[in-house]
Amino acid sequence: MKLRMGMALLSMAGLFVSAYLYLYKIGLIGTLACGNGGCETVQLSPQSKFLGVDVALIGLVGYAVLLGLSLLALQPRFAGSSWPVRALPVLSGGAVLFTAYLKYLELFVIHAICRWCVASAVMVTVFFVMSVLERKRLRTDPA
Amino acid sequence: MAPATPRVKGPTQKKSAPPPGGSNKAFYGLLAVVAVAGVGGLAYLVAKPKAVSIPANVTVLAADTAGFHGYALGSDSAKLEITEYADYQCPVCQDWATVQFPSVKKELIETGLVKWRYRDFPLDEIHQNARLAAHAGACGDDQGKFWPMFEAIYAAHPQWAQSTNAAPVLQGAARSAGLDVGKYDACMQSAKFAGRIQASRDEAIRLGVNSTPTFLINGRLYAGRLSSDSLKALAAAAGAAAPQK
Repeated sequence: MKLRMGMALLSMAGLFVSAYLYLYKIGLIGTLACGNGGCETVQLSPQSKFLGVDVALIGLVGYAVLLGLSLLALQPRFAGSSWPVRALPVLSGGAVLFTAYLKYLELFVIHAICRWCVASAVMVTVFFVMSVLERKRLRTDPA
Repeated sequence: MAPATPRVKGPTQKKSAPPPGGSNKAFYGLLAVVAVAGVGGLAYLVAKPKAVSIPANVTVLAADTAGFHGYALGSDSAKLEITEYADYQCPVCQDWATVQFPSVKKELIETGLVKWRYRDFPLDEIHQNARLAAHAGACGDDQGKFWPMFEAIYAAHPQWAQSTNAAPVLQGAARSAGLDVGKYDACMQSAKFAGRIQASRDEAIRLGVNSTPTFLINGRLYAGRLSSDSLKALAAAAGAAAPQK
């Protein structure tokens, strides 16, 4: 259960980071607390959209889904090796791949680093590792 | 038939504690605290007055420069075109804009001899407010009032140039230039001309401009403070040599 709780907390933190970046993107927050200006450079770059959708919005929706599934996985009826637990490594694995692509864009295309995006990348990676560990735990101890 | 008995192993039962669901009040309490802190923090950031920041080194898109070749003043049929690369925070630019330019405007631009273009070359390394002021000028242009805004920004130079909070002073300049301040604020918040300013700076660097003000006259760069008389002489010489249209 501790892993599932950790995942819920991590996805909630990620949700707020994405919301922060998205609120900036749509002009509701004036400046980003970034320190090096890289966040604004990244957020105003053409690469801040993926297939016409703001990357921050994709993150917001993605973290909301992960949070919802993590909370479901905490419910008694999903206690064992239930579908939310099986879905979490798949979805977060996809998120890790997408994040790796975004990091590539930051480093080699935009040439700027957004610290909040780095924080999100760390969170989603840790989330993925936790979801795999939970899945592995249930395989060896399905009760 | 023997009744079915649950297949529960002793050690597993110990491992699965605490029971799932709403039993772990501490966890849900922590989750609620994080949620309230997050929502509260974001609400605070949205509600608080927004500091304006114009990013440097943004990627320049084609749309940023489409049809834009600097802020122009004067007749299209003028024989000579002069482009000035300037930084609003630069004291020499300010001096030139307020002392020499009015005379140049009256005698060369308004008489149809010269078409003037003003291009931004913010020296971010030494002038922390230059890009903000350049964007304020662009927002003036957005409302069709670049030149009144240009004058207001330079007139207010002593108040904002070294300020750590230049945005309100520039907003005051926008008001005095007759801009719709609501639209101006939205324009500044959006930083929508960051790419255009960057494009002007990139162009200046490509041409070899390395200080402000620098004037581009007939393909040649003239750096530094030119008196209006020197400029008039240069313009006369260049204008005389220019092909007739």
